[in-house]
Amino acid sequence: MKTQLFSKETENLVEIQDLKKWFPVQKSFLDQLLAGRKDFVRAVDGVSFNIRRGEAFGLAGESGSGKTTIGRLAIGLETPTEGKVIFDGIDLGRQNEGELRRLRRRMQVIFQDPMASLNPRMTLGDSVVQGLKIHYPEAAEKHRDTLLEIFERVGLTPARYFINKYPHQISGGQRQRVVIARALITRPELVLADEPIAMADVSVRALLLDLMVQLKQEFNLTYLFITHDLATAKYICDRIGILYLGRMAEIGDLKEVYSRPLHPYTQALLTAVPVPDPHKRRTKSMPAGEIPNPINPPSGCRFHPRCPIAQAVCAQQEPELRELRPGHQAACHFAEQFL
Amino acid sequence: MNDTTPLVQIRDLTVTYKTRLGPTSAVDKVSFDIRRGEILGLVGESGCGKSTLGKALLRMITPPGRISAGQILFNGEDILTFDEKRLRDYRGRQASMIFQDPMTSLNPVQTVEQHLVEAVEVHEGQTQSADIVRRIKTLMERLGIMQSRLASYPHQLSGGMRQRVMISLGLVLNAGLIIADEATTSLDVIVEAKLVDQLREIRDEYGVSILAITHNIALVAEMADRVAVMYAGNLVELGEVNRIFDWPLHPYTQGLLASVPTIEIHERKELFKMPGEPPNLARPPAGCRFHPRCPAAMSICSRHRPGLQEAAPGHWVHCWLYQDHPEKEEKTLKAAA
Repeated sequence: MKTQLFSKETENLVEIQDLKKWFPVQKSFLDQLLAGRKDFVRAVDGVSFNIRRGEAFGLAGESGSGKTTIGRLAIGLETPTEGKVIFDGIDLGRQNEGELRRLRRRMQVIFQDPMASLNPRMTLGDSVVQGLKIHYPEAAEKHRDTLLEIFERVGLTPARYFINKYPHQISGGQRQRVVIARALITRPELVLADEPIAMADVSVRALLLDLMVQLKQEFNLTYLFITHDLATAKYICDRIGILYLGRMAEIGDLKEVYSRPLHPYTQALLTAVPVPDPHKRRTKSMPAGEIPNPINPPSGCRFHPRCPIAQAVCAQQEPELRELRPGHQAACHFAEQFL
Repeated sequence: MNDTTPLVQIRDLTVTYKTRLGPTSAVDKVSFDIRRGEILGLVGESGCGKSTLGKALLRMITPPGRISAGQILFNGEDILTFDEKRLRDYRGRQASMIFQDPMTSLNPVQTVEQHLVEAVEVHEGQTQSADIVRRIKTLMERLGIMQSRLASYPHQLSGGMRQRVMISLGLVLNAGLIIADEATTSLDVIVEAKLVDQLREIRDEYGVSILAITHNIALVAEMADRVAVMYAGNLVELGEVNRIFDWPLHPYTQGLLASVPTIEIHERKELFKMPGEPPNLARPPAGCRFHPRCPAAMSICSRHRPGLQEAAPGHWVHCWLYQDHPEKEEKTLKAAA
């Protein structure tokens, strides 16, 4: 099948195939000589999943699970050590710089800290219009109208007032709206949102979440939504992947995964999330230990040292991601008992 | 002091910062008690003054900030009158603090054991060293820190372990008050849950009072006995945790609770979208500081500041809805008892 031919019809906008990203550990020459080998941080260690056109796909996990690295790989900001990222039928690894740049106008990013993503010496308008200038220099006369329109659209009204302001002159919530406007002005298809509202206060968060949901519909976006906060993911994601130490532990429809989790790690994560209701306090105790070092991940299943149902086989054999219910996969030798 | 007096009584506490825009009250006439052996959750959004208040309790406000009015009574004594020597004794032996980032509080060139021994020696010079070692060992066991970890340096520990070392530094001196300022915020959710369990156990076992300062409302529901809510430098509501979550009285608390996301799949309710953002404290709104965002605002709210009113037994609220004023035309609400 020639995927190129049907590019607009493919069900999956992004296909991630057996992706690996290993970062070399910096060591002195002597240490390396003595150790006789190079050490790597296995940030992403064999992950596969697809993002369907028009869906919001969530990637959740604790710090060090590799979620941010996968996001960066997915839009070609990093090159994988192994594996493939296929965007709309096009293998990102086989494109040259120029082709990649042309593809990039179809993908945009929203980062966590809006203050760090905006140039303090540029007006908000200049920051936001930058993407258009780079990707669509031929339509320069339309830029200003597009700019004003997108400011209105993300709720920064009156737009004429805001485009001349600087980042420090507006509030945190407004800054995050500017970053959203900047991501959407080139009319991308894929938006990578890496903890986009983690810094916002609770009372501001709901509005931002709502805005992201609305814009997704209006602009026909596909989201790759990266978060450590399972509660926030619930309000935006259709499907979710749970990462643990560079591997996918579970993947499926968000509702399925949250209501009937099949991996002991997902179960622990969901139990650990505090519930805003003092009548529903958690009574279960938590697995001991913390996420291990990704330089020397545990053998077999990476979760086995912390897993409440681990058996001998778990330390020897790495479980594959298996489809246990339609569209719901988990990487656990003993997941059947949770069906 | 008998056991019925609160451990800490905060009265009209005001902390002012000198800024280019003029004096700014980060904490403005706040009064509440911390009871013996309770976990009091102090919640609010960034800039509401919750961390400033926590620091004020240890008199750690540094210029351009200062405690400009009020009292902080610890066991009945006003810590604002303490001289340097008494203050040093108070910090550590009576009250200790855990911050969000333990790496900045721990000495990178000292082992865990050196931290603990030093703390004891500085505060209780006369203690026998064998006794110190025994106390440290018991404590480590209690907190689930392996003995071998005593020889570790802070960078060799995980985030959760570092926070436990910080807690142990407070407990080794038998401090009566532990102020935990976003102590679990940088931790992963499973480690956070574990630490929350331990804080509760420690409270049960040692009878310490814990002031848990956090922006995470769900966490407060999980661990606190009572809850204090702050907004723009003011205390807006205070009460038992069940009351605050079942019958929040202040419109800000109501909005805040309704905007907290949950993981419950069957919970279909949409998140409440509170209009606006918290005010700039250099130019706070007149009257009640929440009135520009308040869905229930009345004419009086922009003119006069409400007092703290006990709307139901033990449930305090800072809102005109629940109190009268000669200029107020609207009806005063009765809180469900």
